[in-house]
Amino acid sequence: MSEYFHSVTLDKDACRGCITCVKRCPTEAIRVRNGKAQITGERCIDCGECIRVCPHHAKLAVTDPLSSIERFKYKVVLPPPSLFGQYKRQEDLELIRAALRRLGFDEVYEVAAAAELVSDATRRLMEQGTLNKPVISSACPAVLRLIRIRFPQLLENVLPLSAPMEVAARLARDQAVSETGLKPEEIGIAFITPCPAKVTAIKNPMGTEKSSVDLAISVSEIYPALLSAMNKCAKEGTGPDTAQSGRTGLSWGNSGGEAAATFTVRYLAADGIENVINVLEEMEGDRLSDQDFVELNACPAGCVGGVLNIENPYVAATRMKHLRNYRPVACNNIEGKAIPEEILWDAEVKPISALRLDPLPQHSMKMMREIEEIESKLYGLDCGSCGAPSCRALAEDIVLGHSTEDACIYLLKDKVEAVRASMLSLKLDSRDKSGDKPCV
Amino acid sequence: MSDMSGNSLHYHYIVPGDDFTQAGAASSAVKQILKQLGLNPQTIRKMSISLYEGEINMVIHAGGGEIDVDIDDKKIVAVLTDYGPGIEDVDLAMQAGWSTASEQVRGLGFGAGMGLPNMKKYSDELIINTTVGAGTKVTIVVNIEN
Repeated sequence: MSEYFHSVTLDKDACRGCITCVKRCPTEAIRVRNGKAQITGERCIDCGECIRVCPHHAKLAVTDPLSSIERFKYKVVLPPPSLFGQYKRQEDLELIRAALRRLGFDEVYEVAAAAELVSDATRRLMEQGTLNKPVISSACPAVLRLIRIRFPQLLENVLPLSAPMEVAARLARDQAVSETGLKPEEIGIAFITPCPAKVTAIKNPMGTEKSSVDLAISVSEIYPALLSAMNKCAKEGTGPDTAQSGRTGLSWGNSGGEAAATFTVRYLAADGIENVINVLEEMEGDRLSDQDFVELNACPAGCVGGVLNIENPYVAATRMKHLRNYRPVACNNIEGKAIPEEILWDAEVKPISALRLDPLPQHSMKMMREIEEIESKLYGLDCGSCGAPSCRALAEDIVLGHSTEDACIYLLKDKVEAVRASMLSLKLDSRDKSGDKPCV
Repeated sequence: MSDMSGNSLHYHYIVPGDDFTQAGAASSAVKQILKQLGLNPQTIRKMSISLYEGEINMVIHAGGGEIDVDIDDKKIVAVLTDYGPGIEDVDLAMQAGWSTASEQVRGLGFGAGMGLPNMKKYSDELIINTTVGAGTKVTIVVNIEN
């Protein structure tokens, strides 16, 4: 478990040990210890909420620099749909495509194109009627990891298809190999990522053993270089339209796009991690069984709300809506009857037991009793001064051996008060060494 | 209540009546505890669904009430006590789709007549003691399987 890579990380120097991230973490994965935030890797889902809320910009996403693509002979870039909503000056898809080529990429493969294939595969699987309903989208890696940790029973409802990024990478590499005659490892596939969860999904893929994506470059890293390349391309003219995707694929960039592309009538799309958790709670209670498809995105408004994006999510979503209007409904469909193996999961996605107190239920029961006892002693203020998000979380930490009761400043104050009271009540009755005379 | 008094857990919840914003809070809290105990997902599912239905029933029909949950290493027992109108015909109430919920409550998406049938379906034992005009005590038992 400690081997697990997380994109979300801490800049220790910038962290002041405030508890903003601790309070906002949806999986209670952060504690402040010794004045600095600490992430419990086992619980972190890389949703990026802490990056979003940190007032000191101490939470970072580990991504690759743009220059890292240089080590490959042939360079392919995968722009996600949400990238097309980042720039004000954006009348069509071609300008960004041309600008990416200008930055040194040999080929541009739109993730939205692969998304159309995933949508086609989803429709085919749902028509077969073999999936457990409601079917839950598997595209957002933060949501998928959240399900593994907190809602493992719902894994059997998760769509067993790879995310469009992964499908795009596989198809792009195959295409580059056949076009250039180079070896697969000489081709570099770089995804432009709107969020840390996608970076983690590349290093620790779910539904497959190894990701086909080589590099993850953040939108914020490429943004200025791409902007200046776009300005130059706009002056010189962009050439013929080579865009690969239609409305269906591009709409995956915002919440509801994937669900609408299933062509089912009964679907639900929720975005923002708290809303996602509420919907999963409902599903776990069997209260959404009338739905066919449930799309869940950890970020507000969907991938356009990714924490590594530049533009306001709602502004970006509006721009993308205009952009889509000039595109055909879809440009990509699965040829033939069978769903290609590039789209299907080839490894099982298993539950992660990060919530249970102990592998042995009897031990867990005992620990739970101790937690209840400690919690009843605490003040219930959830002030966070101890570094845990709530009094309950502190009680759990104490029982798990990660903290002590002295971490609670109110209990400590009571203790100091008790010491003070007993000091004051002391009757100083000591004698000198001879034994008879009082010391005064 | 528990075989091993030294190793059982007890929880008490107060369910406010007619407050749909808080309906489900107790069953949600119990579910979280069961997950931390690392119980079999099927056991957790059975308890949380049947308890949720019971909790909602208290809110809709009985003006709220109290829930006591006992957990030991063999079973989970939830006792839901209310001082509402009681159930006139328990057999009828157990039938799927039968409900006395008001139009207003149905408008909120509740009162589909699946409460008691679902509690029966998802629990290992369901005991209903009711007195018209005095209240109802519902006991839900879910066995712990590992």
